[in-house]
Amino acid sequence: MAATLDINGRSQTVQAAGDTPLLWVLRDELGLTGAKYGCGIAQCGACTVLADGAPIRSCVTPLEAVAGAKITTIEGLGGAHPLQEAWVKLDVPQCGYCQSGQIMSAAALLEASPNPTDEEIDAAMAGNICRCGAYQRIHAAIKDAAAQPAAATADEA
Amino acid sequence: MNAPFLRTAGEPEASGGLSRREVIVTATAAGGALLVGCSPTDLVSAGSKVEVGAFGPFVKVAPDGAVTVVSKHIEFGQGNHAGLAAIVAEEMDADWSRVGWEHAPANAKLYANTALGAQLTGGSTAINNSWDQLRKAGAAARAMFVQAAANRWNVGVGEIAVKDGVVSHAASGRTADFRELLPDAARVTPPEAPTLKDPAQFTLIGTDRVRRKDSRAKSTGEQVFTQDVRLPDMLVAMVAHPPRFGASVASFDAAAARKVAGVVEVYEIPSGVAVVAENTWAARQGRDALTVQWDEAKAETRGSAQILDRFQKIAAGEAELEKGEAWQAFESKGDAAAQSGGAALEVGYDFPYLAHATMEPMNCVAQVDGNKVKLTFASQGPTLDQLNVAKIVANLPGAVEIETLPAGGSFGRRATFQSDYVVECVHIAKKVGGNRPVKLVWTREDDMAAGYFRPLVHHRVKVLTDAEGYPKAWTHRIVTQSIMKGAPFGGGGLDETAVEGAKGSPYLAATPHVDAQLLTPDIGVPVLWWRSVGATHTAFVMEHTIDQLARKAGKDPVEYRRALYRKAGAERHLAVLDLAAEKAGWTRPAPAGWTRGVAVHESFGSVVAQVAEVKVENGEPKVGRVVTAIDCGTAISPDQIAAQMEGGTCYGLSAALYGEVTLTEGRVDQLNFDTYRVLRHNEAPKVETYIVQKAAGTHPTGVGEPGTPVIGPAVANALLVINKAPVTAQPFVKA
Repeated sequence: MAATLDINGRSQTVQAAGDTPLLWVLRDELGLTGAKYGCGIAQCGACTVLADGAPIRSCVTPLEAVAGAKITTIEGLGGAHPLQEAWVKLDVPQCGYCQSGQIMSAAALLEASPNPTDEEIDAAMAGNICRCGAYQRIHAAIKDAAAQPAAATADEA
Repeated sequence: MNAPFLRTAGEPEASGGLSRREVIVTATAAGGALLVGCSPTDLVSAGSKVEVGAFGPFVKVAPDGAVTVVSKHIEFGQGNHAGLAAIVAEEMDADWSRVGWEHAPANAKLYANTALGAQLTGGSTAINNSWDQLRKAGAAARAMFVQAAANRWNVGVGEIAVKDGVVSHAASGRTADFRELLPDAARVTPPEAPTLKDPAQFTLIGTDRVRRKDSRAKSTGEQVFTQDVRLPDMLVAMVAHPPRFGASVASFDAAAARKVAGVVEVYEIPSGVAVVAENTWAARQGRDALTVQWDEAKAETRGSAQILDRFQKIAAGEAELEKGEAWQAFESKGDAAAQSGGAALEVGYDFPYLAHATMEPMNCVAQVDGNKVKLTFASQGPTLDQLNVAKIVANLPGAVEIETLPAGGSFGRRATFQSDYVVECVHIAKKVGGNRPVKLVWTREDDMAAGYFRPLVHHRVKVLTDAEGYPKAWTHRIVTQSIMKGAPFGGGGLDETAVEGAKGSPYLAATPHVDAQLLTPDIGVPVLWWRSVGATHTAFVMEHTIDQLARKAGKDPVEYRRALYRKAGAERHLAVLDLAAEKAGWTRPAPAGWTRGVAVHESFGSVVAQVAEVKVENGEPKVGRVVTAIDCGTAISPDQIAAQMEGGTCYGLSAALYGEVTLTEGRVDQLNFDTYRVLRHNEAPKVETYIVQKAAGTHPTGVGEPGTPVIGPAVANALLVINKAPVTAQPFVKA
């Protein structure tokens, strides 16, 4: 079946069954390979994208469930988002495979709470596994991004 | 992993690890010509079409003057690319901001790991084995630019300076950058013995300027992993594997699978039944629709509890040994059995199977056209992969082309002696044929069930102490599966990977009577090196035993260690212990509510000490501040060394607290992160890293693995104080 999605501000028509997980539509149909397959059961967060600003696990989200939603993937952050700048500044990534998901979860957190506490960061990021153990730098980079003026205005942007 | 392993007994190390005879056998079996008069690396690279440019195999200079360092090591997170590029840039005096890197193609002759004898990343050797090689490569390239300038300006090479990619002649005020000089420099004959810099004059190495070059691509989603490869006409494959190790396909029904929209074909291959489809989701649905009957006649049907029970009985001398099972001494002196008196400590330790659980499950892209193969994936051991794949298509190993991509983690998993998932992908691509790309995708469950685990291990230790409470007689038994038994070459003898860290321990050096032995039963569960390998268990056993002995003797664990290190002459251990203790404030009370534990371990040429602050929260250990001191020789990238200490600590802590794979009647019980618990963001410690300053030019040693094995015993040693009881099994937190 054909479905129309709003991906990173663009309307995209895809040919896929309604029960196809969004992750595979993004990756295989649309070539947006930033979101990663890690577990397939919403346990690791590598596939995290935003639906109307809220983080979702695209590996368990059927295509039909996001019809009409505004989907944002790592590719839609623009490359110079304060979180991305902080990630580069602190050399957060190691293998890097989980980082798209980490950044998308963090982006949702900063939208909801521009100056998150340590506890809020812990809670928001606990669903994103990093086997390289870059957690300490992920945590620091979120705080760094939150301290940037650009992040404070992200809500209004 | 341990170095070097691709060697037959008696083969001199200098010739590289791969035995010539074995390579000839392999090449012959592959249908290749029998090649004589060549070195082993000549043989495995026979058939290769890899070309070398003007500046040699490791350095490329683009027409615009940008420098590319060719890395023979895979980047799977440890940041080795930055260190390797910095070594070249330092000697070349290149502009660091215009130095990039790329993975080397597969060619053992050009790119063998000098410590392992094959093109292979492991044993935390990437920087260590490249140090001399890349310094020379950088210095030679620099000399070529200097010579080109000297010729052009008609001045002596001794009058020429190079800085940040700009060559200059002070007396005449002339300057030219690499771009301008490139056409001339590329025609200069590379010097065979270029003059290396005095390490005291390094301006890049050891500074905070040596940072990763891939952080942006890995923060934007642009970094291409194997999982992300998209080629024209590419098919995606998934494979139904047997539920038990050693089983095979008896029969299968693919009718339902073939009806799934997007499924292209179904093939039986040696490792199972493969479904190839137009996309990943179709392959998954097709695979799930298969009905397969398995022949389990040769399958391993024991459970992990049963295996552990037997290991414990063997160590205690209560089990009858089977044919082929025998104790092998790994440290022996004095007469431990004849000693008596003093306080005695006798304790057993259990370690479960562990999965690497890389974020990117195993995968590979292969194209097969007749006997030609092109692989595009994260190859950790290109030489192994070439040898294993060449046999399938009856070609020379060197003819197997590999384009290496960064891996979404490996921790050892992508270097198996059998190239398990690579071989599987090539079998499928061979069935498909016509050079059509096939991407093999494993689900998380496929990855977890495939084994290649850190082996299950049991240690039994008995220590008698002298009047002052120091070890007098140390009896040690280790029972575990051998990793090296799976090696296609060499093998036999003592499996060093099973005992490293116990063998060579300064505590044994300081003990007059030692009787330490290993026994490696055969179990049908594939096992493999897992970040820090033998140290994953030996560090725990040695360090936790030492704290129990210190407490028994009524001595401070840091002071107790110092005394033993002095006795053993373990100066580097002393230095890291002193540094960690000082930075942690060991002699001052821990923050309210926290208890400190200390541990020290040498692995992969480096020594690491950690002081961990621990408390018990909701019945589970919680780790806060972890002060880490490391002696890794010359520190090339202090920032990435810190990153590896942070990450290595998380990896080790994850295993110590939660990691466990169990088998029930031979079937893996934990197939995903819902049951295989790993360390999460809210459970991560805050690691501080301090690097021991060494004399300029000290050879660098390992960094990727040495940060992993120390945290487990450091935490256990804090728990020993909190609970007043030793920790005798991992994981500490039972599911």
